[in-house]
Amino acid sequence: MVSNKLIIAIVFLLLLQSAIVFAGFVAPYDPALQNRDLPFMPPTRIHFVDAGGHLHLRPFVYRWVPLQSVYEYQESRQREYPVYFFVRSNETTNAGIRTRIHLFGVEAPAQIFLAGSDNYGRDQFSRILYGGRISLGAGLLATGISLLLGLLLGAVSGFHGKWVDEPVMRLAELFLVLPWLYLLLAVRAFLPLHISPAQTFFLLVAVIGTIGWARPARLIRGIVLSAKSRNYVLASRGFGASSGYILRRHILPHTYGVLLTQAALLIPQYVIAEVTLSFFGLGLSEPMPSWGNLLANLQQYSVLVSYWWMFAPALALILVSLGYFTVANAIQERLQSASA
Amino acid sequence: MDIRRRVRVFVFLLAASPFFFASSLPQPPQRGEELQTSDNEIGRYGGTLVVGQRTEPKTLNPVTAADAPSREVIGRMMADLIHINRASQQGEASLAKSWTVSKDGRMFTLKLRRGLRFSDGQPFDADDVLFTFQVYLDDKVHSPQRDLLIVGGKPLDVQKVDAYTVRFTLAQPYAAAERIFDSLAILPRHLLEKPYHEGKFAQVWNVNASPAEIAGLGPFRLKEYVPGQRMVLERNPYFWKVDKKKNRLPYLDQVVFLFVGNEDAQVIRFQAGDTDLISRVSSENYNLLAKERRNQSYELFDLGPSLEYNFLMFNLNDLKPGLVQIADKQKWFSDLRFRQAVSAAIDREGIVKLVYGTRGVPLWGNVSPSNRLWVDQTLPHPARSVERGRELLKSAGFSWRNDGQLLDSKGKVVEFSIITSSSNNQRSKMATIIQDDLSKLGMNAHVVPLEFRAVLDRVFQTHDYEAAVMGLGGGDADPNPEMNVWLSSGGTHLWHLDEGNPATEWEGQIDQLMKKQMVELKYSRRKHLYDQVQEIIAVNLPYIFLATPDILVGAKKNLANFKPAILEPSTLWNVEQLFFRQETVAGASR
Repeated sequence: MVSNKLIIAIVFLLLLQSAIVFAGFVAPYDPALQNRDLPFMPPTRIHFVDAGGHLHLRPFVYRWVPLQSVYEYQESRQREYPVYFFVRSNETTNAGIRTRIHLFGVEAPAQIFLAGSDNYGRDQFSRILYGGRISLGAGLLATGISLLLGLLLGAVSGFHGKWVDEPVMRLAELFLVLPWLYLLLAVRAFLPLHISPAQTFFLLVAVIGTIGWARPARLIRGIVLSAKSRNYVLASRGFGASSGYILRRHILPHTYGVLLTQAALLIPQYVIAEVTLSFFGLGLSEPMPSWGNLLANLQQYSVLVSYWWMFAPALALILVSLGYFTVANAIQERLQSASA
Repeated sequence: MDIRRRVRVFVFLLAASPFFFASSLPQPPQRGEELQTSDNEIGRYGGTLVVGQRTEPKTLNPVTAADAPSREVIGRMMADLIHINRASQQGEASLAKSWTVSKDGRMFTLKLRRGLRFSDGQPFDADDVLFTFQVYLDDKVHSPQRDLLIVGGKPLDVQKVDAYTVRFTLAQPYAAAERIFDSLAILPRHLLEKPYHEGKFAQVWNVNASPAEIAGLGPFRLKEYVPGQRMVLERNPYFWKVDKKKNRLPYLDQVVFLFVGNEDAQVIRFQAGDTDLISRVSSENYNLLAKERRNQSYELFDLGPSLEYNFLMFNLNDLKPGLVQIADKQKWFSDLRFRQAVSAAIDREGIVKLVYGTRGVPLWGNVSPSNRLWVDQTLPHPARSVERGRELLKSAGFSWRNDGQLLDSKGKVVEFSIITSSSNNQRSKMATIIQDDLSKLGMNAHVVPLEFRAVLDRVFQTHDYEAAVMGLGGGDADPNPEMNVWLSSGGTHLWHLDEGNPATEWEGQIDQLMKKQMVELKYSRRKHLYDQVQEIIAVNLPYIFLATPDILVGAKKNLANFKPAILEPSTLWNVEQLFFRQETVAGASR
């Protein structure tokens, strides 16, 4: 039985992640495009009823104009700007596909900032989507690295035992007790600062991914250890099967459930790790967005108390974490009911 | 001998102690005391002024203090011979009641006020002045102000004429020489001579020194220091200024410096009414405070542009052999047309708007428009023009790839990093805006925020950087403190440090003009020379000037005689005149 919660969570995650992969299509603007006349603009309101009380079927927005004092805006109700779908504007690349079509947009000079604008008048909604590529991408890749390392080391250590097992497990314990946040900070501080954004990204991923291999390795070792003394494994060995065959055919299939749960747990954890590093300024630098970079704006008291929409990236982060934890929970329950 | 002296000191301390410790009530003026009458609104005695400080002072030793918080506290406990009035920006009598300058401008004779006493009740005379300059000029003490006292390569010579007259002789004429006396704290010889001769001067008056060890001629004296929390100063009962009704200043009983940690905490404490005034507020926080001002008990002041200048500079230093990549890029940086193109593309108005929330002004030269005496009004202010930038680059042999990326004459991609201090939010923002502006020229600039010390290390020591956004200036309105920046041998000639000889013709010209203005005594001729310096700088762009923020301060509404100024310390410079008005504004009764 698949619970409703699991379906909702999976659908939500799929939707969100495809929006992030196709950020260039979904986001109305270039994430680095500055509108220097519109810093800290609140989220654009979507209207259906105009100033005259008429109902419009097509949603529309009003243009927001700066007031005398900086950072304060007002809707100018003189003209409605309808929201169009599948509009043509700047060219972007999405997972290798180049497109000029954007999901939605409004005619200039009006702006549609669904999550407001930041200090430089950049559209925060677009930045959250593009930033998700970095943050979620880092989470997924780093999880891949951790699980791969965990699977390799765990399986080898459980299967061979003896002189391989001891050092690998002691090393795993060492990694488990390390205060990972400080370690990440320290490792990042050692690395050169003059590196390209792509290099920074892969360094981040590598650092985060290598640190977390210990827990999956220990779990997998346990499963391998118990599986390898099962009768059918012994029988297979009796028939002369090689170690590789036994591992592949009889033992590793037992680990898939644990791997899935671990993945669902590690992804949000690693997304948060990336966000933390970027929040402290150790991740990607301007103008590249990442959820941590976006949240770093809140380090300023004035931003924290004045512009509530700057919390939007935190909302994205919370929803993603909740989604993955729900999935992890559901898988866990199924595994338990299956083994019971 | 030694023991006898010690006993004498002890007996003296015993006899005098009731006067030191029992009361800090203002002493009535004595006969023979030459007091200065201060022209301020007559106040009333009492009250405690609470000031939030971002960090703790590192020392209370005025000779060795180099950090802003230490100087802010020490400045309230010490006095100088001639003082720059922060409001008028002119030198005025302080401990010296008058002074004369010889015709050749080399000899200064200062008449000291008679009958004054240090905050511990001990008398002040010319010997204290002599001792003070002996200490400041001693290169073993490493005073940061020592350089200012060396004129024409020689330390200034100090002679005692009589107990209340001192003569200073300079090796060469020096423009606005009276300004060098500002903020040089006159030290109590009776307390410091012994440690000085024992070679322990650097250790005296650290933050843990007991109040009895410290005495000065400023309006306040140390009462208590609680590490991590606060430093409390109390009235100096012997202070040498009175108001027009002969009431001895200061009016306030105490000044408390609260250590709050950072600017945001400073703002929160001020907003909550825990502190009475706030200085150096950023525009974001100023706007925040302004928004909630209606139901608040404080007032805010925008004093106009500060004297500091923020700039983008390219590394033109002679590099160590290892830094080949940077040396390659210096071919671009040293091309004037490249720097002019960068300058043309930068949106200074945008910086003022986004970084300073319009509370600042764009800059095209090193002198802020608020420095009315010295700014060159004829300096051109070219509007931003990406097209002009592109033309300049074209004429310098650069070209563009199909995707818009700029290439140099050898086909190399124009790409460089800009370092800034990560703790300085405003400069990081400037760098982000510049990065975007330069992308319009096809340049690929990366912003690299580094820890402040790492920035300093790269700029001053290793020269391992390509470009940097930094700030300088702000100390004084006079051109002389700028010598360090513009002389090719200067210590903050940042774009090219340790030049043996001027590397370019125009740097040589600046050297000559700056040296000439230093010995020129007539203002109009000095101004003419300094205008030429500003013009050469604006044409050759060793620094690409960006903007300067307004000085933003705030204070409780019932704080009277509050006259903030753009020179540091902008709010506390007349602390002896401050007092709290009787009327109680909601939440501000004291």
